[in-house]
This record gives sequence, C-alpha cells and structure tokens, in this order.
Amino acid sequence: MTSAPLKGSDRVEVGPLADGTGTAPSVRPSSPRRRGRSAPYWFLAPTLTLFAAFTVIPIGYAVWLSLHKVQVKGIGLGKGARAEVWNGFGNYADVLNNSEFGHSVLRAFGYGLIVIPTMLGLALVFALMLDTPKARSASFARLMIFLPYAVPGIIAALMWGFLYLPAVSPFYYLLDKFGLPEPDLFNGGNLYLSFANIAVWGGTGFNMIVIYTALRAIPQEIYEAARIDGASDLRIALSIKIPIVMPSLVLTFFFSVIATLQVFTEPMALKPLTNNLQSTWSPLMAIYDSAFLKSDIYGASATAVVLALATFVLSFTLLRISDRYTREDRA
Amino acid sequence: MTPLTLTADATGPSRARRTAWVPTLVLILGALYCLVPIAWVIIAATKDRSELFSTFSFAPGTGLLQNLSDLTAYRDGIYWQWMANSAFYAGFGALLSAAVSAAGGYALGRYSFRGREAVFKLILAGVLVPGIVLAVPQYLLLSKMGLADSYWSMLLPSILSPYGVYLVRIYAAASVPTELMEAARMDGASEWRIFSRIAVPMMMPGLITVFLFQFVGIWNNFLLPYVMLADDTKFPITLGLYTLLAQGASQPALYTLVITGCLLAILPLIALFLVIQRFWSLDLLSGSIKS
Repeated sequence: MTSAPLKGSDRVEVGPLADGTGTAPSVRPSSPRRRGRSAPYWFLAPTLTLFAAFTVIPIGYAVWLSLHKVQVKGIGLGKGARAEVWNGFGNYADVLNNSEFGHSVLRAFGYGLIVIPTMLGLALVFALMLDTPKARSASFARLMIFLPYAVPGIIAALMWGFLYLPAVSPFYYLLDKFGLPEPDLFNGGNLYLSFANIAVWGGTGFNMIVIYTALRAIPQEIYEAARIDGASDLRIALSIKIPIVMPSLVLTFFFSVIATLQVFTEPMALKPLTNNLQSTWSPLMAIYDSAFLKSDIYGASATAVVLALATFVLSFTLLRISDRYTREDRA
Repeated sequence: MTPLTLTADATGPSRARRTAWVPTLVLILGALYCLVPIAWVIIAATKDRSELFSTFSFAPGTGLLQNLSDLTAYRDGIYWQWMANSAFYAGFGALLSAAVSAAGGYALGRYSFRGREAVFKLILAGVLVPGIVLAVPQYLLLSKMGLADSYWSMLLPSILSPYGVYLVRIYAAASVPTELMEAARMDGASEWRIFSRIAVPMMMPGLITVFLFQFVGIWNNFLLPYVMLADDTKFPITLGLYTLLAQGASQPALYTLVITGCLLAILPLIALFLVIQRFWSLDLLSGSIKS
C-alpha cells in the first residue's frame, strides 16, 4: 500500500475523527478512511491464505476422503483401474466397529487419568510455592522446572527411555544395590506410568508458569487483609489463591485433555526399546498406522475426522462447564 | 471478606525474616526432578561404550571426545545436517510466523470491521484440530503438487500459528494506542506505514514471544516431519535422532551416538532459554502485559 500525499482539504474532513475513538460510524467517508477500511483485510490476507491452504482445505479433503473408497476394476492394473467411489458413511461404520481404534482411545483416557491430575497438581503446588513470599531459591527453581519445556518431546522421551533401561539406569543401579525389587517399566500397567512420567516432566513447567502468572496478578492488599485476620499462608493459598486462579486451572486442564487425546511422541519414542507396544497404542498412532502402513487413507481419514469431532465435542462441553462455573463464582 | 479464624498464633514480625522451608524444599525437589534426565544425559555422553553399561550412571566417563568424533563421522556427518535443517525450519519458519501473526493480530486487535470476531474465533478453533487430522491430508495434497518430502512440506504448514495471532491481537490492543494511529493518519501516513513504523516497534516484545514460541514449537515438532519426510538428509534433529535410535535398538553400540546426539540437540535451546530469560519474561508466554 502506498501513501498518497494528503491535501489540505482532506485534513479538514478527517478532523472529527481525531477524537481518538477511531470508529465513529456517522462520519462521512473520506479518503484516508476509505483507504483504512480495506487495510485490515490486507493485513489479514497472509493469515487467511495460510489458514485456507493448510487448515480448511486439508480438513475438507479429509472429510471428502472419509466418504469415499477405492474401487478396483478388473485385476487393478493400468490407467483408470482404480477409481475413488462414494462410500457414504461406510468408513465411519468401520471406524466405530474397529475395536483397535476404540482400545487406543481407552488407552489415551487411561493415560490422561494419570497425567492430567499429576501434572496440574504439581504445577499448582509449584506455582503456589513460588508465590510464597519467603521461599528461597524460587527464581532458580522456576527456571529449572520450566527448562524441560525447551527439550523436544521426542528427545525427552528418548532420555527417559534410557533411564528406564535396567542396563544404563541409575535407578536400577540403586535398586540393585539395596536389594529392592526391580520393576519392568515397559510392561503392562507400568507402561502407562512410564509415559505419564515423561509427559509430566515435560509439561509441568509450562502449566506452572501459566498459573503463576495468574497468581501474580492478584493485588497484594488482599493478602494483607487476610494476614491481619490471622490467616496462615496455607489458608491464604486454599481460600484465596486457588479460587482466584481457577480460570487458569480450567484453561490448562482444557489444553491438557486435548493434548492427551493426541499422545503420540512418548509411545513412539519408547517403541524401539520394547516389544510390548503395539503400533496402534494411541489414537494418533492408529491413524498413522492405517494411513501409511496399511495404506488405507480413506479409513484413516474417517478415523481422523472422528477424533477431531470428539475433540470438538469434548472442548465445547468443557468450555460450557467452565463458563457456568466461573459465572457462578463471580456472582 | 469472611473472617478467617485460623491459628492466630503470635507469628507477627518475627515471621518476616524466617525462610519458608516447606516451599523451598518442595521447589528444590521439583528442580532436581527436572534436572535428573538432563544431568544424566550430560554424564552419559562422556562415557565410551563399555563404560556406559559398566559404571555407575552418575560417574563421568572418558569418552566424550571419542563420542563427538564418532557422531560427526556417522554417515559423513549427517547429524550436523539434521541440526542445520532444524535451525533452518525453526528459525525461518518462526520468522515468517511472527511476521504473519504480526499483521493478522494487528488487524484483529486494532481495526473494527465486518466479520472480525468470526474470523478470530475460526482461527482460534484451529488450535483444537488434532495435528494428524491436518498432517495426513496436508501430506496427500502436497504430494499431489510434488512438494511432499521437500523443505517446503515442513516449512509451509508451520507458518500459521493461531496462538501467535491470538497473542499479537492482545498485544496490539494493549500497546498500540488508537490516538497515535489517528495522529499518524492525520499526518498522511499510509496504513502500511503506520503498521511497519509505529505498531511493529511497539509490539516487539510480543513479536519476540511469538517468534520464540513458534521456534520451540517447530524445533520440537515430531509428527509433521514424521509424516512429511522420507529423505533423511532433510530430516530435522528430532526425527533424525529417532531413526538413529530405531536402528540402534538392536545394536547397543549405537546407544552412545544417540545419547551424545540428545545432549547436543538440547543444548542450543537450553542455552537460548538461559540467555533470553534475562531480558524476556516467561510471563509473556501467557499473554500477560506488565507496564
């Protein structure tokens, strides 16, 4: 956009706008106004173009694929032997009847039941401790607890994977030294704990910062009043701080649930280290498996759409609940 | 405020000087928990192959230089190619992302126009779409255009950041005064000039936040390259190390390479965080604006 030199008469017309309100609706259109009117669309153009190209169109394509299937004519050789034909909701019926996918969703929920309360509980405790006026080494601890955020999930999982391996792990070394039983961290239920620990390690710091930021926005006078009334730090934390940061907790919970449904990195990273992990352990792994290993992009698309819909339904339910909760809180 | 009638023991003035031991202890334990894997990988990277399996985990070894030269020699230094690829994807992608978010967030935060809220909500809803729901059709579409397994296939899908647009919108609304924009308009500045000369400098802390957030996001991404790339000379470090481990799972001789590779891969980001935290507040990540 080029800037046209303004003439004196234009300035006079712009005059009434200079009161700072910006969007006076009754103002006669003047040239800078008119120019300014298209500006937001220009500024939004790159965002919207990318959004269309890499979000809207792929989703549309996935939905289209999910409603189709390949029909092979003859022996399936030559041009036109494979045609994409309408399949209605056939793929969706397959998804819902597919116990493998159902099991992967259940596993993700089981994993989430361990990760989310542990991670958010720790994040809240750390944030409250950071906010305690007389805690020592708080800034050091804040940085260290946040540090895992800088470590790629796959590398975090690789590092923990080694720490779970009896041959190289210091924990097994100590267990061995003291003659304690040595659990197999790659087996059965322990697998969930092993994954959960990696996610907790990687995610606590970020959530702690979100909650801590909310805590610091509370005016200090509230605490002074409570202290004069004789409240202990613990009582202040339980009765004042936690209710006030509840919206942040709801937000972090919300994002944790979405992340849980999409667990992929941790099981993928540990897969090479053990034979106990099927390639459809989590929903995302199941989708990847059917799209690229079984080459069924139609079924995979239907599965992906189901997962997306489930995420949306879950999100809106959670937002509805939290909305009602925070509104009651305000009343 | 309801009266809080809890133990009103005489801990008035003396309490101010005492250290709160419970919080301090909890925080230190938390810090140690977060440091364990990092400390382990630093020490394990110093061990040669036999020391890795024979000596106590937290006893340093003697093989660091050997490990580094082994890693560099592995397949003619493909490890450093992965690092360079990651730096390119993350650096260039985050730069483009910050630029796009700056313009988009500024438009949403500082102009009122028809459809603004609808556009904003639509973009935010993009956060909820599971990565794989996008990655699989993105891959199929890009491969139809002959772009799958190319640098573009990693770069292009990483540019749009709904969170970045959201953050810049908050920043623009909080840090760029409308009065200033109107004054610039009066002086004949074009909308582009107002954006580039006035708004961008004022939003800079927010834009740096978007850049860093997106840099970390792209650097750490595993799903997208795993779906998009097959040629391992284009791999980012995350996928490269993963394939190295997947190969090495059967031959523990490769463990030392993976461990040394892990250490070198996390050092840049940790160094980045330690340096920037001096002048960049972590609070910015959650969109809080302090005057």
